[in-house]
Amino acid sequence: MLDFSAYIDLPLVWGFIIATSVFLYAALDGFDLGCGIIFPFAPSDKCRDSIINSIAPFWDGNETWLVLGGGGLFASFPLAYSVLMPAFYIPIMLMLFGLIFRGVAFEFRFKSSDDHKKIWDVAFHGGSLLAAFMQGIILGNFVQGVEVDGRNFAGGALDWANGFSVIAGLGVISAYSLLGSTWIIMKTNGVTHSWAKKVASYVLVYVAISMCTISVSMPFIDKRITELWFSLPNFFYLAPIPLLALIGFVRLWLDLRSDRHARPFVITLILFFLGYLGLGISLFPWIVPFKFTIWQAAASPTSQSILLIGTAIFLPIILLYTAHVYYVFRGKTSADPMY
Amino acid sequence: MLDLDPVLLARIQFAFTISFHIVFPAFTIGLASWLAVLEWRWLRTGYHIYKELYKMWIKIFAVCFGMGVVSGVVMSYQFGTNWSVFSDKVGNVIGPLLGYEVLTAFFLEASFLGIMLFGWGRVSKNMHFASTCIVAAGTFISAFWIISANSWMQTPQGFEIRSDGLLYPTSWLEIIFNPSFPYRLTHMLLAAYLTTAFTVGGIGAYYLWRNIYVKHAKIMFANAMLMAIFVSPIQLFAGDSHGLNTLEHQPAKIAAIEGIWETGTGAGLRLFAIPDQKEETNHYEVVIPKVASLILTHSLDGKLKGLKEWKPEDRPPVAIIFWSFRIMVAIGFAMIFTGIIAVILFIRKKLFKTKWFQYWCMAMTPSGFIALLAGWFVTEIGRQPYVAYGIIRTSDGVSPVISEQIAITLLLFIITYIFIFGAGSFYIIKLILKGPKVVSDNEAFYSNSIEASATKNLSANNMKE
Repeated sequence: MLDFSAYIDLPLVWGFIIATSVFLYAALDGFDLGCGIIFPFAPSDKCRDSIINSIAPFWDGNETWLVLGGGGLFASFPLAYSVLMPAFYIPIMLMLFGLIFRGVAFEFRFKSSDDHKKIWDVAFHGGSLLAAFMQGIILGNFVQGVEVDGRNFAGGALDWANGFSVIAGLGVISAYSLLGSTWIIMKTNGVTHSWAKKVASYVLVYVAISMCTISVSMPFIDKRITELWFSLPNFFYLAPIPLLALIGFVRLWLDLRSDRHARPFVITLILFFLGYLGLGISLFPWIVPFKFTIWQAAASPTSQSILLIGTAIFLPIILLYTAHVYYVFRGKTSADPMY
Repeated sequence: MLDLDPVLLARIQFAFTISFHIVFPAFTIGLASWLAVLEWRWLRTGYHIYKELYKMWIKIFAVCFGMGVVSGVVMSYQFGTNWSVFSDKVGNVIGPLLGYEVLTAFFLEASFLGIMLFGWGRVSKNMHFASTCIVAAGTFISAFWIISANSWMQTPQGFEIRSDGLLYPTSWLEIIFNPSFPYRLTHMLLAAYLTTAFTVGGIGAYYLWRNIYVKHAKIMFANAMLMAIFVSPIQLFAGDSHGLNTLEHQPAKIAAIEGIWETGTGAGLRLFAIPDQKEETNHYEVVIPKVASLILTHSLDGKLKGLKEWKPEDRPPVAIIFWSFRIMVAIGFAMIFTGIIAVILFIRKKLFKTKWFQYWCMAMTPSGFIALLAGWFVTEIGRQPYVAYGIIRTSDGVSPVISEQIAITLLLFIITYIFIFGAGSFYIIKLILKGPKVVSDNEAFYSNSIEASATKNLSANNMKE
């Protein structure tokens, strides 16, 4: 049987692939969920049309990273998949309901008359908000760890409802709103563009607050995290992450006050990445925090090997044609009907 | 709270969400291929009717595809939320198949769908046609992997169970190309084509009957009838071979399909019966002697195993399998009948003018969907009481979550899906009633509203740069 475990550390590679696809999901679907969150506050229906048009060709591809996250976790770390899914049963289901409503709202909105359009506007906003909040809840609980007995989840049905995860939920909502608003700055002109700039400067504050809160509280969750960040010489190696984030926030703040179109979005992506990197470093090497490491939860080496071949071939191709789609739909979008 | 059985609830929830989901991919598999044919005909002939049909059906495609995507995302998480023990045990074996499906099909479909829907006028004609073909190919690749995983659950092989109770792969080729896979894949793809064909044909018949969009309707109707004439008989053979394969690997399922309780030779074909699981018998039987043996063993005195060969707890529920199978087969024959009539009417040059045949085809519009669901009921309920046939019982694969959680989310799924299905159907019917948008013969690729807005945007950007 095909097995690469003698040559490479398969669980480590797979941990990296899963982390990357979750990041790509959060960054890409993050901006279109963010557009949905701030969408009802746009000054006019015309603005709302431009916002929808700016994300319509991409949302489907963006959401596929979530399927890769779920499917990939099942394939490469089945133990983690089968512990985490029942643990987050209700948040996952609510997230899925949110995604269902916002997903169909795209298609239905294009085809409905004006009075029906309102229903789909509500579905689009509510679905985006619910999905983002639940993703934050899941994240907040993931970093706190879950109750496990043997190879099964052993906690209660409502373990996920706690203060820290609510803060994480609000944090994700604000982070997505920032991604969404800077995306709109990049993709639109005129009224929509200047409105999005105002929104971005406003939510920027909330993103800064939630990033600080989560960063400060992380070391209290597990003392290994405290040791990791505050022991020497780690402290000096890791210090660039918060420092770069600080510079990023300042730069973004200044950019939103000048005539920059694409850079705010790029800086937000970098900030997003730094936050994610901080979490990733804190939680490494746990895949079910503080219970199973990536090596303990790994699928058999032959299973990880066979899928690694496919990933090595197809992931670069996927990235190429995803980039191509973004290139085809480059530039500013208008409010005109797309079909 | 009521004393609810979590296994039953988890099954009902999974069955409900997957039945809802399967309808959309099945329809879009057929529709994507047909759209590719339409666009190809338009590029080859320049006949504008093909383009108008393409642009009408792509909107319906988009609605169905969107509903397929959102209900499909649910599926990729429900394996874990509802069947976590199963997922843990078999993850090594079927996890990679699902991983390959995402990598080789989902991204392909999702990304190129964007170009297919919104790229009209933004990319070259050939690039647009290529996108349509890529989406169509993606639907096939997706079917390949998911049917492979499903078939493995029916006829598992290529693995070993080690001391930790988990399954470990021993041969990927045996896992992917498991015994029931080629039969199930063929049967499913043909079913998808027929489902789309009868939907398109039914709507074509409606336009013909109303005497509107006649040029478009003739193409729709004729293409659908071609499928009815050629594909439905092939499906009969594919289904028959699939049945023989099932007899070899899952004889209990065949016994339930045929409603046979006692093992014996020369088993009769039951046209009607009310199977009784408790009494281990059928009521009100209408039997044609020896025919079941003839179909399944190709001999009048062939021996067939009855359900009593298995312990009561190892038998699948008989009545629902028995009846779902009969519904599926009846619709299959109705499809073949449609094809035969179409040939006769075509020879008499009355294919587009026969009113009663138009009514018949309108009535057949949802037939593919019903047959498809009935078929899946047969094969999936026929797998019970196992989740992976002969290896893991369904009751052993369920997640350690409480019934209330499943019950509440099940209720939410039912409400959500009914609402969304209702809205989706409403918009599709609206699109059908609106019909194809008729545009002038010599309209250029880049000059109508979308293209114009896209190019306008591009040139505005170019000027700025």
